[in-house]
Amino acid sequence: MTAAPLKTTPLHGVHRELAARMVDFGGWEMPLQYSGILAEHHAVRKSVGLFDVSHMGEIEIRGPQAGALADYVTTNSVAKLKPGQAQYSGLLYGHGGFVDDILVHQVTGDHYFLCVNASNQEKDYKHIADANRFSATVELTSDRYVQLAIQGPQALATLQKLAATDLAAIRYYHFTDAEVAGVPARIARTGYTGEDGFEIYFAPAQAERVWNEILAAGQEFGIQPCGLGARNTLRLEAAMALYGHEIHAAITPFEAGLDWIVKMNQGEFIGRSALARQKEQGITRRLAGFEMTGRGIARDGCEVSIAGSPAGWVTSGGPAPTLNKNIGLCYLPSERATPGQPVQMTIRNQPVEAVVVPTPFYQRAK
Amino acid sequence: MHPSDLHYTKEHEWVRVERDTGVIGITDHAQEELGDIVYVDLPKPGARFERGGTLGSVESVKAVSDIYAPVSGEIMEVNQALATAPEKLNQDPYGDGWLVRIKLSAPAEIQEMLSAADYEKHVAASKSE
Repeated sequence: MTAAPLKTTPLHGVHRELAARMVDFGGWEMPLQYSGILAEHHAVRKSVGLFDVSHMGEIEIRGPQAGALADYVTTNSVAKLKPGQAQYSGLLYGHGGFVDDILVHQVTGDHYFLCVNASNQEKDYKHIADANRFSATVELTSDRYVQLAIQGPQALATLQKLAATDLAAIRYYHFTDAEVAGVPARIARTGYTGEDGFEIYFAPAQAERVWNEILAAGQEFGIQPCGLGARNTLRLEAAMALYGHEIHAAITPFEAGLDWIVKMNQGEFIGRSALARQKEQGITRRLAGFEMTGRGIARDGCEVSIAGSPAGWVTSGGPAPTLNKNIGLCYLPSERATPGQPVQMTIRNQPVEAVVVPTPFYQRAK
Repeated sequence: MHPSDLHYTKEHEWVRVERDTGVIGITDHAQEELGDIVYVDLPKPGARFERGGTLGSVESVKAVSDIYAPVSGEIMEVNQALATAPEKLNQDPYGDGWLVRIKLSAPAEIQEMLSAADYEKHVAASKSE
């Protein structure tokens, strides 16, 4: 089998110039790190970091029945959204497992803008289009957008220098359409780091200039370009799910601890009856946070046991640079997924002690 | 770039011979490839290794990598500083970032290792792949 050539973002040349270490991420050649994962991680926690996340996909649903379709394919309640509001949600199969986890933005009552995972975009598009019995228009529009994430306590101060609109007025999980560095952009107060920050979407033509202007604006705060390495350590500390790890086709939102994105009594959606059945029968396994108490780092895929018997598996694991601990997420039998439960991680064929702890591991001071 | 008084392996370890002992570490190229090192797992003094055996492991933020014994012998001393300051491996791989001192049980093995120039060629060849 010949590997398909890796896809690149419009900022590929910039990453090369910055001497980023590039990595194959689900078919995309993306920056893993620039100065180093730890330095980038700390920059986001203490000041501000800039991420190219243009590999993420966009799907747009339009028409008078756009809301009805969006509501039917997602677990959260689209009907509750107001224009300029965004919502974290799940796309499920009929059996209740995840197609993807997504962000739904209501631009207007007849226009919804979805941000989806890079390697799932074609699958998501087909899933939504196949469910379109509402005569809405569904379009995969990823090529029309560059997506940048500006994250950290100085994200607002950095981005405000380049925007005339008052960014402080955009509340968490809200967005506005306004110019950034003279370029029309969708500016959302969302993120995947556990910090305050923004994710902006705009046309690729000006990608390099906007990237460079944000870096220049953040210079006084010590802004760092950040890669997928820091993106992963930051989201893990915040205990945010990563598709392919915490969630996938064989996992339901209840198992993943995402009950809050499921609105069972606000209309029909794909997967609802399967979830109702699961709720009735009982949730047998749940996602739990753990902290290593023995020496070692439990990585993704590592087997978890309790008192010598296999009990689950690690979905994500690694060092938590802010906390100076080794942490992770794992699936456990529900009755064991409670803080204080001792577990053993099989690391290189040896059991190493860990304990279940509450999540998120890290929460910023509000 | 790589110190000329050291002996190297294709697996990116180095040995500095001091009388009948060898100080072992990983190369600058290895630490750069690994990225930020956060954890080093090393054997205890007294442990014996055959050449090519797994001596320990180095974990970066992203991944774990085995360290292979470049020569056979018995562990005499372990760099304790790495337990609390694993970043020394990134900062000074040929100095403060050394891993273990081993008593050479087959000193002739040293002659089979790569010179700095040969190691350099090996790294260049693997980069152009």
